[in-house]
Amino acid sequence: MKFRLILVLIGIVIGNCRASAAEQAIVLASTTSVEASGLLEHILPPFTAKTGIKVNVVAQGTGKALDTARRGDADLLLVHDPEAEQQFMDEGHGASRRQIAWNDFIIVGPAADPAHVRGGSDSVAAMKAIASTRAPFVSRGDNSGTNAAELRLWKIAGQTPETLSGEKWYRSIGGGMGQALNIASAMAAYTLSDRGTWLSFNNKGALVIAVEHDPRLINRYDVIELNAQKHAGAKRAFAKVFADWLVSSEGQQAIGAYQVNGQKLFNPSADAPK
Amino acid sequence: MRDFLEIVGLSIGVSLTATALAAAISMPTGAALAVFPFRGRRLAVVLINAFLGLPPVVVGLVLYLALSRSGPLGFLALLYTPTAMVIAQTILAMPIVAALVHRAGERAWARYGDELVCDGASRLQAIPQILHIIRADLITAILAGFGRTVSEVGAVILVGGNIRGLTRTMTTTIALQTSQGELPLALALGAVLVGISISISATVFAFAGPARMAGSDEAR
Repeated sequence: MKFRLILVLIGIVIGNCRASAAEQAIVLASTTSVEASGLLEHILPPFTAKTGIKVNVVAQGTGKALDTARRGDADLLLVHDPEAEQQFMDEGHGASRRQIAWNDFIIVGPAADPAHVRGGSDSVAAMKAIASTRAPFVSRGDNSGTNAAELRLWKIAGQTPETLSGEKWYRSIGGGMGQALNIASAMAAYTLSDRGTWLSFNNKGALVIAVEHDPRLINRYDVIELNAQKHAGAKRAFAKVFADWLVSSEGQQAIGAYQVNGQKLFNPSADAPK
Repeated sequence: MRDFLEIVGLSIGVSLTATALAAAISMPTGAALAVFPFRGRRLAVVLINAFLGLPPVVVGLVLYLALSRSGPLGFLALLYTPTAMVIAQTILAMPIVAALVHRAGERAWARYGDELVCDGASRLQAIPQILHIIRADLITAILAGFGRTVSEVGAVILVGGNIRGLTRTMTTTIALQTSQGELPLALALGAVLVGISISISATVFAFAGPARMAGSDEAR
């Protein structure tokens, strides 16, 4: 009786796997922000309905996503770290890299604003003020696109990862954007966030936007198709259909139509890359 | 709601399958360790007990590297599938079931071993009998194994990838919702997870019944 139950259960699981393998499905390694913000959940169903291609999203930081693709475990990339992407392309892993949308980063912090940076639009001045007042700052510390953008700002502000790692007020958490916001909210710290995750985040507590609209804070999202020579196993044909759809007028409209609380989270930019 | 049922169904399906596989492998193994004397038996027992504390994230990482396309088992194309999650959880549950079965089997063997062998049974033939004697302990062992599999998040998120509609379980959903600041939702799902564990345990005990519990008392 127990044995029969076991067989049935194994059958169910194998059946499940069969069902999913029979579909046309690709693995999209993406950043946490496009999933946590709800964008993919919004644009994938119409795409799948139209093409029959299922997109399985593995949401990771950009660094990890690029690494997943390097290992051959993804069919397509949706990421946001121009420098790391360039390196990926230089290594010959990518076949094409196209911008699909942009939004911006913001510095968020406690409403009490211990570093007196609130209301400004100069991110570097704000970072300097945070460092000189030793106000708590939460860093993603996970090699993600946002983490890379943060470190670039610190560099302009005269700080390196080495000097920062010795500072008690600088807290590297090694986690996703939502985790960083949770922690910043709990310890009344500043952090750098993409606007999409921030707008859809539901545990803001006393956090408010401190700095925004700095041209240096632009955040670009690119879709990268993989190189056939290096990634023979990748389902490139299906991946190409999705990549092409993202930059098509239909895909661009779907991206631009996504709103949270009446605010647009991503600006489509395939035709005019920022 | 459909999402929710899918997630709960996958969690239970994957964990039950892994527990069943772990039980199928570990019950005979645990009993055999109790019955057969051999060089290195103590070492084997110590290792199995040490693996009780196997960190799920380490199991996940090793399995991830093995199943990755560039890893030795990459050709199986199992990374980011429910099957990969079943394998990870089976590995996690096996030492628990084996250690608990070995513990109970050792006691039963000390008590009944001579009689069993006197009756003309070989040690190999004694294994099913030992398992029968300790059947009440088997339930505890299997439930402990199930508890380990259904509650862990570190291994399934690495090898499953937390893909919506494919490999998203209750624990990975809780992690995701927490990261989106949806704390009440995450907590509600946590309550569901605890509720399911309680009902499964209650169901098993209802079927096993108090009469069968006597079996293990004899063994003690």
